[in-house]
Amino acid sequence: MADKIFRVNMSDLSTKVEPVPAAWLGLGGRGLTSTVVATEVIPTCQPLGRHNKLVIAPGLLSGTPAANSGRLSCGAKSPLTGTIKEANAGGTSAQMLAKLGVKALIVEGKPQDESKWYSLHVTRDGVTISEETEVIGLGNFATVKVLNQRLGEKVGVITIGPAGEMRMSAANISIKDPDSHLRSSGRGGLGAVMGSKKVKFISIEHTSEQVQLADPEAFKTANRLFAKALVDNPISKALAQYGTNVLVNIINESGGLPTQNFTKGQFAGHEAISGETMHDTIVARGGKPKHNCHQGCVIQCSQVYNDLKGNYKTSGFEYETIWALGADCCIDNLDHLAEADSLMDDIGLDSIETPVAFGVAMEAGVLKFGDGAELCRILRDEVAKGTPLGRIIGNGAASVGRVFGVTRVPVVKGQAIPAYDPRAIKGIGITYATSTQGADHTMGYTIATNILGVGGKLDPLSKEGQVELSRNLQIATAAIDSTGMCLFIAFAALDDATCLPALIDMINARFGISLTADDVTNLGKTILKTEHGFNLAAGFSNKDDRLPEFFAEEPIAPHNVVWDISDAAIDSFWDF
Amino acid sequence: MRLTVKLFAYFRDNRFKQREMDFPEGTRVEDIILSLGINLEEVGVTMINSRHCELSQVPKDHDQLAIFPAIGGG
Repeated sequence: MADKIFRVNMSDLSTKVEPVPAAWLGLGGRGLTSTVVATEVIPTCQPLGRHNKLVIAPGLLSGTPAANSGRLSCGAKSPLTGTIKEANAGGTSAQMLAKLGVKALIVEGKPQDESKWYSLHVTRDGVTISEETEVIGLGNFATVKVLNQRLGEKVGVITIGPAGEMRMSAANISIKDPDSHLRSSGRGGLGAVMGSKKVKFISIEHTSEQVQLADPEAFKTANRLFAKALVDNPISKALAQYGTNVLVNIINESGGLPTQNFTKGQFAGHEAISGETMHDTIVARGGKPKHNCHQGCVIQCSQVYNDLKGNYKTSGFEYETIWALGADCCIDNLDHLAEADSLMDDIGLDSIETPVAFGVAMEAGVLKFGDGAELCRILRDEVAKGTPLGRIIGNGAASVGRVFGVTRVPVVKGQAIPAYDPRAIKGIGITYATSTQGADHTMGYTIATNILGVGGKLDPLSKEGQVELSRNLQIATAAIDSTGMCLFIAFAALDDATCLPALIDMINARFGISLTADDVTNLGKTILKTEHGFNLAAGFSNKDDRLPEFFAEEPIAPHNVVWDISDAAIDSFWDF
Repeated sequence: MRLTVKLFAYFRDNRFKQREMDFPEGTRVEDIILSLGINLEEVGVTMINSRHCELSQVPKDHDQLAIFPAIGGG
């Protein structure tokens, strides 16, 4: 059976199953969510109003046996940035939706009666809307527990926590993982969009059906090559052992680890929060250093981090979260960081935006730098409960800066800058400035080439070549984000000549088409231009493609460098 | 010359995190790595005083040399 568009209108509580328009047939994941948003959403609309749409799409290869293909894309106009937004995550839902033949789920409109909450249940036949009361106000972990009991352990769940219910701009969308824990489409406040539509959760019926492959043998051959390229890559080995948090020490060593609300480039407590220390702690407490966020992942960068008593505390404990809570907020205690990570997962908060907001709040004197206990208290007692202070923090770093009159506010287009200082790693500054979605390292991960020596080498302190590097990576990333693939396949794709052709062969064998590498590059370019076009129509211009002025005025130690790439050079990013 | 040598990730296994070490003048980064029993093919990134360096580079007295295996994340 051909894939379909599943459409839900929350204004009149109606649902439809539609054929896929011809123009969307070759799209998946981010390419599809961004195309639907750009086609159907009024660019100037209020992001939390009835004209915005939440689009959820598995990738082109989701649901197939392809290694690492379990990412789910969520898209909408962002209430945090006002731009187009796509955020993707692992978990079980991408594969389940693909197996049910869901090309995309589009949730539009908004109930007039704001007193009621709803849930959506997805089966092969369509979507059922039900009024929901039992899990309203619950955290994400409790919600998943209740739904497992109500609908069975195999049910897929896409949910929002209290932050999404309160329409906070840092609210994420959480996706149940194979252990009934959570993966997050973190950035840009998409949880608030889901909350504005009064949808608490989307449940997905388990199916034993498989995705049909046009050429199963060719697919199998390509997948074998592809998985081998991933497994053989040395970076995959380090990711499995230390997780993404292996980066703390190398970014610190490079002088690009933003510390104490972006006032220094190195953190004295780096060793205590490093991937090496985390690995040893996990092993000593009987946790798991490696763990997968979705079935079929061969890299396994996730982990199970236990508390002092050996009980589960958190997983998917990522470098950027640890950086933000650790170096940026100066908390050098992994247990406080794990507690905060777990709380943010439960409340349903972006674990980059929220701790960067805390860093700004610390500069404002709301709490002290380094006070992990107080940070956790504020999350639990203020943000989760929606007190005025909790809402100020839960609406992100820019919100905190405005309310407390702080001028050192590390955001681009309203979204918090993550874990790599653009003064000391200049390529990533181009990505932050030009990304169609506000500051986001994953849009064009120049750290690979600036710091890690992947895909070549480019001096992080030089102004030369950074625009081209960021552009090439942003184009490639937009294409990868459309396949359902985890972005970490890029480490193999950049340096192993067998990886990318195998990926393209799998797409061809899935659909019976004959894409070339050029087609894939063109797909990436088209997606970026579609997203950029939406932003321009929403009122953004090149003047918004800028970093906050303090980066140009405050040198950062140890290299004592400032952001010095010209506006004209930044604007040349779009010359393609 | 006296250097501060820092190792990261699994290069620390059965070695050390950080150590002050003496080497003859003119010793290259590559020689130091080999002297530690680390396979050059496993080396991802080297930095002297927080700046990337080549394996053929020669550190100076009191430099800090950081040696990383191939790693990634993000």
